Amino acid sequence: MSGSLQSPLTSRHRALGLTDYEYELIVELLERDPGDVELAMLSLMWSEHCAYKHSRKLLRRLPTRGPHVLMGPGENAGAVDVGDGLAVAFKVESHNHPSAVEPFQGAATGVGGILRDVFAVGARPIAVLDSLRFGEPEGSERSRYLLEHAVAGIGHYGNSIGVPTVGGEIYFESSYEQNCLVNAMCLGLAPRERLIRAAAAGPGNVLVLLGALTGRDGIGGASVLASAELGDGDEAKRPSVQIGDPFTEKKLLECCLELLDRGLLTSLQDLGAAGLTSAASEMASKGGVGIDIDVARVPLRERGMAPFEIMISESQERMLCVVEPERVGDVIGVCDHWEVLATPIGSITADDRLRVLSRGTVVADLPVGILVDDCPLYDLEPIQPAIAIYPAPDAVLTGEESPAQTLLALIGSANLASRRPVFEQYDPIVQSRTVRRPEEADAAVLALPDGSAIAVSIDGNGRRVAGDPRRGAAEAVYECVANLACVGAEPLGLTNCLNFGNPEKPHVAWQLTEAVTGLAEACEALGIPVVGGNVSLYNEAPAGPIFPTPVVGIVGKLPDAARAGRLGFLRDGDAIALVGSFEPSLACSELAKLLGRAPAGELPFTDPQAARKAHQAVREGVRAGALHSAHDIADGGLAVALAECCIAGGIGATVEVSETLELFAEAPGRAFVVSGPEEALAAFDVIGRVGGSELEIAGQLKIAVSELEQAHREGLAGVV
Amino acid sequence: MKFGIVRFPGSCDEIDALQAAERVGDAVLLWHADHDLRGVDAVIVPGGFSYGDYLRAGAIARFAPVMDQVAQFARDGGLVLGICNGFQVLCEAGLLPGALLTNVSLKFVFRQVALDVAVADTAFTGACALGERISIPVKHTTGRFYAPDAELDRLEHAGQVLLRYAPGNNPNGSVRDIAGVCNQERNVFGLMPHPEHAVDALTGSTDGLKIFESMRASVERPGLLSGASSPAS
Repeated sequence: MSGSLQSPLTSRHRALGLTDYEYELIVELLERDPGDVELAMLSLMWSEHCAYKHSRKLLRRLPTRGPHVLMGPGENAGAVDVGDGLAVAFKVESHNHPSAVEPFQGAATGVGGILRDVFAVGARPIAVLDSLRFGEPEGSERSRYLLEHAVAGIGHYGNSIGVPTVGGEIYFESSYEQNCLVNAMCLGLAPRERLIRAAAAGPGNVLVLLGALTGRDGIGGASVLASAELGDGDEAKRPSVQIGDPFTEKKLLECCLELLDRGLLTSLQDLGAAGLTSAASEMASKGGVGIDIDVARVPLRERGMAPFEIMISESQERMLCVVEPERVGDVIGVCDHWEVLATPIGSITADDRLRVLSRGTVVADLPVGILVDDCPLYDLEPIQPAIAIYPAPDAVLTGEESPAQTLLALIGSANLASRRPVFEQYDPIVQSRTVRRPEEADAAVLALPDGSAIAVSIDGNGRRVAGDPRRGAAEAVYECVANLACVGAEPLGLTNCLNFGNPEKPHVAWQLTEAVTGLAEACEALGIPVVGGNVSLYNEAPAGPIFPTPVVGIVGKLPDAARAGRLGFLRDGDAIALVGSFEPSLACSELAKLLGRAPAGELPFTDPQAARKAHQAVREGVRAGALHSAHDIADGGLAVALAECCIAGGIGATVEVSETLELFAEAPGRAFVVSGPEEALAAFDVIGRVGGSELEIAGQLKIAVSELEQAHREGLAGVV
Repeated sequence: MKFGIVRFPGSCDEIDALQAAERVGDAVLLWHADHDLRGVDAVIVPGGFSYGDYLRAGAIARFAPVMDQVAQFARDGGLVLGICNGFQVLCEAGLLPGALLTNVSLKFVFRQVALDVAVADTAFTGACALGERISIPVKHTTGRFYAPDAELDRLEHAGQVLLRYAPGNNPNGSVRDIAGVCNQERNVFGLMPHPEHAVDALTGSTDGLKIFESMRASVERPGLLSGASSPAS
């Protein structure tokens, strides 16, 4: 290592991931050299993962206000008003790098972390969705290994803790071969008045640590794993991956909700990346107070842990709360009932400093501001790449196939095949709210006590963003809203996870800038506020960056759970119609991929007004009960959408469309296939009729639904 | 009619079971550390991952203080229903025959399955017709029912196999497609499928309600069915 030639001081900060410039800034701000504990804390708080130093300026472009927003970005999770005195809190977060190193625990703790974010604001987690990306399963043992173990890890945590996994998406692309993506989204439900913020308050109040013992796991995870590229020697990083314990989290969850129900807490915060350091400094910063922590009081799992290790440990299943002194006894009583460890470890102070003590000795004494606010924010230097960044995939089709053969190949391809082998490993029904299970509708639907329901979908297509970052990112928003429309839901708020490569590289900076602009434009156009999210950068291997992958999760509301839409054709004799204006192209499509074409080319323009109108027509038709099925036309184009409606309904269809409409061309988020009684579809472009046991597109293809169903069912079955 | 639903740390489906039971009667939660059953007429040991199930599923829960009371209640003839993890717990406690092993797939499986009612004149299946096919979901990793052949012959002969997976619906490799068994006295019943998740057309089927209705009928009209008697008090 070149460090031997450096002075001990510089090698110290570089080893922790800080640049020389950042270190000099710290010395300037402190007017002294930081101590070891202080430097460890600062290196994490100033990491990309905690400080968003390459993305924060860009994220200001996203609209955050809306009539239903109760909590916006900056809290543990955003929250929207869903009526009847209830709030839904939700957030999506990545656990990409840990999952690439150890997929089972990486994915499991990704779920555990996002659950804590949601119950940290006082909401009971009621649903999990996952957005996953892996390399091509065909021919890559690594990709199959990552897929199998990440799915098992998600199931292990979600199933064991009693939170249903209700939806998600998976794409396979070779750019994710080294850097798989594991994004987990959680929704929670709370009486509006139980929502709680993380701001610490009340000098003299007691800081109580709840939950698991603190060990050496995950030390430096935020900087080592989340903020640098993966490469050789990843196995040596395995000790940096945390180990999940859903049983402890289940007790912690029930305990925290009871503490909040009894009004015993002043504030609550989960411990995630950078552990106590991040939790305490965020709480102090938001409350404008200081915090003293005595690390000697933190219950440890291992002997001999140094103060810096205790301060940055990423041991899972821990929460930090602020309690008025006279209520500490009651808090410990509730924790005893749930067999949750509760330990007073410090206090709130009137100044603005985070002080760490160890047996009476001050080992760190930093202004809260330097930890939370003073990390330099970098401007990106975006340059549109002159040449294609991503190689063309291997061709699976020649282009000489018949439309029927092409449809079978598409519907059985890894990206479009049935996800049943995956979602059968998740419990989607615990808590008894699930109105639409996976593959029944375009969005998950969860009933609320008053008979209404919320709907949620998570979407993002990296290949399309790779070809056209601005329109591709916007499409994710349109598609997600379209999915909600198919069950009759209107969007209330959006969360996003931005998965990109190294932002210090100009072409990645360009992708990121364009994509955020596209997201912002789509959110503005559709009137959807962004209530929170997460950024995961440095998803890059020696072969290059991942496809730029913004993932959006949107929560919506529908008035009548009993009228939630379905995707499958329902009734023999129903008319089938197209809704929405629709000028799809093959650029970046699934078919283009199977033909071996690299993601390139401008994506079709989305007219926001036309898209809104189509969304509204479908939403209202579903809500009125006029439509028996509704499905958005997305990956694989019209032919695949029709096939999916036939497979889900177990019934055939006969349609006739203009020969100029390419069957497999894509323009997601703005057009739909719907079915229903002829008179209900009068306002739409009727193209055919439900019935029989075959899908027939006049003059182009005719194929048995059973054959489609088999290809769809078996596509992933051999992989998972 | 009052159901008591046992809640261990790590239970997941206890509220679902509570709400399902409330559709046919009253229901209360019983805490794992409690030493009394609060005067309930029937006990449900629900699904979930009691104490995390990091050891063999149900192996720790059988030692919970409340389980002593449940065992006594069962010996006195009280109705005890074990669902999924509850089935595992009752097997571990020796209240039900057989054992539950890891699924043949070695994976968690969620699936809506068809079940055939093999014995209908019991306190748990009285509301069903013999041979009736009902639709109820399963969700578990450790649900493969196993007992030695001689024991299986005895169980079948004694009419203790109440539910079987319909042909082609066995999700876990259970021997002889067994989905649910009762004890010899027919007052303790365990099944892997989740009837509490099949009580509302909005969220699935309503076939599971028949299990709860059967229990209510048995408690409210004791003696109607063979083997089901009120708990001695």
